[in-house]
This record gives sequence, C-alpha cells and structure tokens, in this order.
Amino acid sequence: MKVAIGVNGRQVEAEVEDRLLLVHFVREVAGLTATNIGCDTTSCGACTVLLDGESVKSCTVLAAQADGCEVTTCEGLTGSDGRWHAVQRGFHAEHGVQCGFCTPGMIMAAVSLLAENPDPTEAQVRAGLEGNICRCTGYHNIVRAVLAAARDGRLPGGGSPAGAADPAEEPA
Amino acid sequence: MSIMGTRVLRTEDPRLLTHGGVYTDDLRVPELTGAAHVTIVRSPLAHGLITGIDASAAAAMPGVVAVLTAADLPAPAEGGDPAAEPLLAGDRVRYVGEPVALVLTEGRYQGEDAAELVSVDYDPLPAVPTLGEAMTGETLLFPGTDSNVLGSGTAGECDDAAFAACEVVIERTIVNQRLAPVPLEVRALAAAWTGDRLTIWSSTQNPQLARGAVARRLGMDQAAVRVITPDVGGGFGAKVAVDRDAIAVAWAAKHTGHAVRWIESRSENMVGMVHGRGQRQTYKVGGTRDGRVLAYRLDLVQDCGAFDRIGVFLAGLTALMAAGVYDFAHAGASFRAVATTTTPIAAYRGAGRPEAAAAIERAMDDFAAEIGMDPAEVRRINVVAPDKFPFTTRTGATYDSGEYAAGLDRVLAAADYPALRAEQARRRERGDVVQLGIGMSVYVEITAGDMGGETARVVVGDTGAATVFTGSSAHGQGHHTAWAMLVQDELGIPMDQITVVHGDTDIIPEAIGTFGSRSLQLGGTAVVRAAGEVKDQARRLAAEMIEASEADLELDTARGTWQVRGDPATALGWGQIARRAGPGGLAADARFDASAPTFPFGAHLSVVEVDTETGKATLARHVTVDDAGRILNPVLAEGQRHGGIAQGVAQALLEEVRYDADGNPLTSTLVDYAAITAPELPSFELVTSETPTSINPLGAKGIGEAGTIGSTPAVLNAVIDAVSHLGVRHIDMPATPERVWAAINEARASQ
Repeated sequence: MKVAIGVNGRQVEAEVEDRLLLVHFVREVAGLTATNIGCDTTSCGACTVLLDGESVKSCTVLAAQADGCEVTTCEGLTGSDGRWHAVQRGFHAEHGVQCGFCTPGMIMAAVSLLAENPDPTEAQVRAGLEGNICRCTGYHNIVRAVLAAARDGRLPGGGSPAGAADPAEEPA
Repeated sequence: MSIMGTRVLRTEDPRLLTHGGVYTDDLRVPELTGAAHVTIVRSPLAHGLITGIDASAAAAMPGVVAVLTAADLPAPAEGGDPAAEPLLAGDRVRYVGEPVALVLTEGRYQGEDAAELVSVDYDPLPAVPTLGEAMTGETLLFPGTDSNVLGSGTAGECDDAAFAACEVVIERTIVNQRLAPVPLEVRALAAAWTGDRLTIWSSTQNPQLARGAVARRLGMDQAAVRVITPDVGGGFGAKVAVDRDAIAVAWAAKHTGHAVRWIESRSENMVGMVHGRGQRQTYKVGGTRDGRVLAYRLDLVQDCGAFDRIGVFLAGLTALMAAGVYDFAHAGASFRAVATTTTPIAAYRGAGRPEAAAAIERAMDDFAAEIGMDPAEVRRINVVAPDKFPFTTRTGATYDSGEYAAGLDRVLAAADYPALRAEQARRRERGDVVQLGIGMSVYVEITAGDMGGETARVVVGDTGAATVFTGSSAHGQGHHTAWAMLVQDELGIPMDQITVVHGDTDIIPEAIGTFGSRSLQLGGTAVVRAAGEVKDQARRLAAEMIEASEADLELDTARGTWQVRGDPATALGWGQIARRAGPGGLAADARFDASAPTFPFGAHLSVVEVDTETGKATLARHVTVDDAGRILNPVLAEGQRHGGIAQGVAQALLEEVRYDADGNPLTSTLVDYAAITAPELPSFELVTSETPTSINPLGAKGIGEAGTIGSTPAVLNAVIDAVSHLGVRHIDMPATPERVWAAINEARASQ
C-alpha cells in the first residue's frame, strides 16, 4: 500500500508492504537510523518515537497506521540552528549515555514525559521511563539528565529549539 | 594543570545524542549494498538427533538466496574433541536455540517467512536441563565420553579437620542463578567476500580475537580476514570475540559470494547469546562465638550449558576468589563444571567473581546471624589487615592493595548505619507490615587477570593533531574521552585535537580488546607509553631545531609547545616538530604487559523495604565504596559503577533465566525475563575512595564490573535481614515476592 508519513517535518511517501513496521519505515524508507530495535515484544523502548506528538514504540505500529501522521525521531530534535534540545543537553551534561543504543528512544520518551509533566519528581521520572530499558547506566544518570532537562526547559531561553516538532515546548 | 582525575564530559556524546550511533544494522557501506539478510533456524528441542532437513519449500519462497545447513560446511577435522562445538548443528542438537540452518533472503521479512518452512526432523533425546540430572550421567551430551563433567579442580585446602576447632559450623547450599546479559543491541554481524578476503563488521568487544576465531574455524589465513567494529550497543562480556552463529554467517558470505547481514531478534538473543552465572554453591563456614571465622569451604557446581565456552574457566576463577576479603586460617574451594542441555554459559559482567562474592558474603551473614553478632563487626574481625599487602589468600590469589575495613566503615558512616538499625528496631517492635532490611558486602575482585597485555599507537601529524590507535575496544565505557585525556596530559595537545581510533584489524592488527575490566590499566597505560615515546622523539627533533641540548628543553603541557626551559621565545608547536620529522610524522607503538592482575575492592550497603504481606522487596538505598585505584575521570568511573550496581541488584531481586523440565526456556523474551527498569531502582549513593596500585604506572585498577560484584550480596543480605526476626535464614536469588512471601510463611509455620 502507499503511505505518506511526515518524518521530522519532511514528507516521505512510499509503496510499502502492509505489514511493514513503522520502525522499519523510519530506518529503511526514511533512512533515519537513530531509532533502534532492541526487542520484539514492545518491552525495551529503544524504538520510541513521537507520533503526532505522543510517544509510541514504533516496533508496534504499522507504517500503514501512521499514514498521514507526523513522526518525530531523535534526529528531529536538534534545531535548524544546530542547538540541541534540553533533553539532549541534559543527557550530555549528566552522562546519561554510555553505549548509546537505548539513547534515542530514551530521549524521545523523556521528551514526551516532560511534555506531559514539565516539573516531575525523581519518582515520576522513573515511573515515566518504565517502558525503556537501559543496561549501561543503571538509570541513575538518565534520571538526573531528565531532571536537568526539566530545569533547563524552565529557564529563560532554555527549552526546545524553534523548528523542531517538539511538544515539550508548549506547556513549558 | 593536569586533566587527570577531573570531571570531563564525553566526546563520544554529540553523535550519539543527535543522529545516533552507527551500529551494525545501521551500516550503509558500499560493500554491504544489497546484502542478503540472514535468518537462523534454531533448534526447538533441548536435546535430539537431527534425522533430516528439507529446505526445498523454503528455497522456493520469494527472495530466497540460499538455505545453508551443516552439510554445506567444510567437514570438521577427523579425531577432534567430541565435545567441540560445531558452527551449525549437524546430527544432534543440545539446547533450544542451537543454530541449525541459515536462510539468506533479499528482504528482511522474507527471511522469517522462509525460515518457517525449513523442515527439520528430530528424534528427541532426554533433556538434561538441571545440574542434578547432568551429574547422574544417565544421559550423556557427548557420545564417546563417559560423563557430563567437563572439568573440575580445587583451590586451597579446607578439609573437615579444619572445622574441628570451630564452636559454630554452618553448611548451606545456595543458588547463583543463570542470568541473561541482555545488551540492548543484540548480536549482529555483516560480511562481504571479495574473492580472497573476508571483511566482517561485527558487534564485538574484541575484533582481533574475533578475526582469529573466524580464521581458525574457517581454515583461513588470519591476514585474509578483516574485522571492523562499528558502534557496539553494550557487551557486558557476552560479546567477547565472536559466537558460532556469527562465524557461520561470515562463512555464508564466503560460501555464497553474497554480502550478508545478520541481526538476531531479541527472542533469538535470549536463547542464542551466552548466559552468565549458573552455579550451585555449597558453603561451609565455621568459627568461634566471638566472631572469628576459622574455616571456609566452597564446593560449587558450574552449569556450562551445552558446551564449554568458558564454563570451566569461570568455575576455576570463582574458586580462586572464594576466600574474598578475609584472612581465614583455612579456606578452600572445589568445583565441577557440568554440561546441560541449555544455552552455553560464558562471561557476564563479573564472570566468576560475583559468584565468589555472593557465596562468601552470604556465608558471613549466615555466620553472624548464628552467633548473634552484627554482620559489620564479624566482617571487621575477619578482613585482611591493611599492613598485610601484598596478601596471598588460602585459595591462591595475591591481592595487590586494599583497605577493606576502612571501606566498610566509610560506607556505614555514609549510610548512618546506627540510625538505620534503630529504625529497623522500631519497625520490628511495632510489628510494621513493611520491615526494613540492612545488608552489606565487602568484596575484592580481580581485573586484567588474563595477562594478555594491550597495544597502542600514537601519531602526531603535521597540523599538530594527534591520533590514538588503541587495542582496547569501546562499547559505551568512554574510551575515546579517556584516551584523549591521557594524551593531552602527556603531550599538551588539547583533547579536541586528538582522535581515537579502535576496532579495525587492518589498522590495529595486534590487540586483545575489552573484557575483565582491563582497558584503562592495560590499554590506557599502553597509550601513555606510546605518547611518552612520541615525546622522546619530539624532544630529540626539537633540540635539533632549536639547536639546544635535549636536557635543556621542556614541554609546556598547558600550551602544547616545546621550548628551552624558561624561554617561551624558542617555543615550537607539535605541528612544526611533526613536519620536521618528515613522512610518517611523529609516531610510536607501545604495548603494556602488567606483571600481575589488580584487585579492586569495596563495600556496599543496601537498605531494602520488605512488605511482609506480599513479599515484595524494594531497594530504598544503596551506598557504595568501589575502590579501583587512581581514577582518571570520575564521570566515567561513576557511570561504570551505576551500571554495575543495577545489574547486580537485578540478580538479587529480579532476573533469572529459567527452563522447564523438558529444557524449554521460559524466559525467552523481555516480557518473561525481568530486565530491571528505572522505577525498580533508587539513585545510588557513591562514596569516593582511591587506593592506588603499583602494578601499573597509572595506579589504576578496573571499575567495569565492581558494582555488580558488590551489589548482589548486599541486596540479598538486606532482604533476608528484613525478615530475619521472623525466623528466615536464607532466600535464594532472585528474591522475588513469591520467594520472600514463601520464606516468611515457612519460617512462621516452623516456629
């Protein structure tokens, strides 16, 4: 079937198999490989992207279901001026990334979490990231990174860059 | 000012945080254009004979390039080891998940369709999934052998006579359960054959070891194999070298001439990648009622899984480290390593040491409970005193340096141990539903124990920028940042002008790579040595250029210039000197072989809340000292500790690979295997401690596995401590709500 999916603001149209997963559409049709696949049971969250602003595990969405929708991946967070999103800055400043494999999905989950709750407690961050597995960091610095991003996002001039399809901006 | 020991953020991060790493599945190199996807047909049976394979239906499916089985592989040499592991199962399968056939397809999804149609006929044989069944020898895994025991040995001596003088003797058999490593990136390998050379891209911790293994198994000259390591999404020991499945994939490229790419699924990974741990341990501990332990013996049975990847070695390492941090009059260990019809066991974060620490630290608590003494006090009485180093244990390990009692005391102070005990007493007195448990461990481990050394090459080019070629293999640890710090410190070239290269056997032909917490102390020291040699070269050239004596020259490491001492007017930059050096520039190779392993140590204290009505244990606090000698970059070292602690907590509370009586895996997805998540953990409280070693010039020990080794026994001891007043003396790991609840009820029923 034919689908047209916005990916980070770019319209991608393709003839795809009915069963093509959104994650494979993003990786192989749109050619954006930051979004990773870590499991086959919707358990690990490595493939988390935003679908019309809501975080989804793109291994459990068909490309067909995303037809006409807008997808934001980690590649779409950096502003056109090259400025990083507050969550990306937080992950760097707090050493929230080691091997990097869970990172793009974890970042998108965090962006979604902060969109829903711009001022979370540590416990709320932990609960919000329950669907994303990291084997390297013990989550310690990921949690600190998200809390730092929340603080950063509240500062004047902080928050998300213009141009990125990022719902974290709106409530912050 | 030296950059050593300062908090430097990672140079690796920008690309990982923006466009993501380039893992094997992300590679878009020309050699892999149109590469066939490989799907592996795996055994659904724990044990059976293969009586036939019909691939005709699969071969007729759309997009199928080839279906390959053991019959297509070169015949193994005659008279080999009957227990040797083939690349693909030929006449017999020995675990669920054993690779049987490769299906090469043009499209990814076509592979799964076609693989389902590969028809394999099996004659089932009795499964041997447990140590008990394996030890009877009723069903042998390897025809031509007379036992399923693949190896055995001892360390030290501690016979029954050693316990004769003891007032108290406790003997208990405990389980150190099988775990799945679960690196978030599964196993992955791509390969292209160019007629005379095999190029492999592999998610591995050791490209050079992988090259050797591929060449050996495929009967090729090592020079005809090139292994490139793209970004690797975690390893934790389970990606040491290269597995049989992956070698088979590489062979498929050579055999068919097609470039291939294999990315396993997570469900495959859970049965196909090695598992870790898997020991049944019987400890016997004896001593006097004043807290002195006189004798300790550990008898263990190691589950190797279906083949001896390194199961025998792991058991031996546990035996070597059995005595832990203690100075016992008598200590000994024995092991038997046994084949079962399960996924093979090999290295997983800690690999042999967590098993040793779990046993001795459980035994110390058991002993303390029996004599009614505070477990901290029992440990203080028995640890090796700081003036005894180097200290050789009764089980044969020689520890380089340690401050064991001090480490424990610092952790107890940081946690406010007396206040915790007071809170525990209040809850017990009130009969609260949620009880408090306080557990501890004092541990020592061995790092860089393989004695293989490591290589480095440092080059300074015409622009004054440096390139570091390292034999260490990065997969999240931050080697690029760390090695750049070392070179900046040595040469004064700023980090942003230092490039670190690793993971290509054509560029770095001789190396060992990463495992056993070896990188900084071996690979890092090699980098410093190579940089030191470059410095010597530069000094000679600068002396010629300035027309001064070498002895009068100094390197201003703040500015990265050479000059006559105290005379900045004579300053020469690295680029100027490198240009003078001519083609090849300034370059030096170095190799560092340590004279001995190092022995990091530490102490962990866990605070656990246990709901006595549901059995649920929740980790509330975890406070640690992890002393790995001199710390290069606290940011990286803390990150290693955090990750290690979490994996150790997971063993104590949650994670376990399980099989049913027929050898079917019950935990073959991440739904069934409880990989630990963020809400199940607190933030960790890390106490700093640096006791340098003299084994290497950096004074560094390994930090990658320490957190795992220390945390597991501390957490388990805390769970048991929380319910010890109800009569519970032991709970096997993982201390799931069901097990804790059952232990409470059994204890109550027997009182």
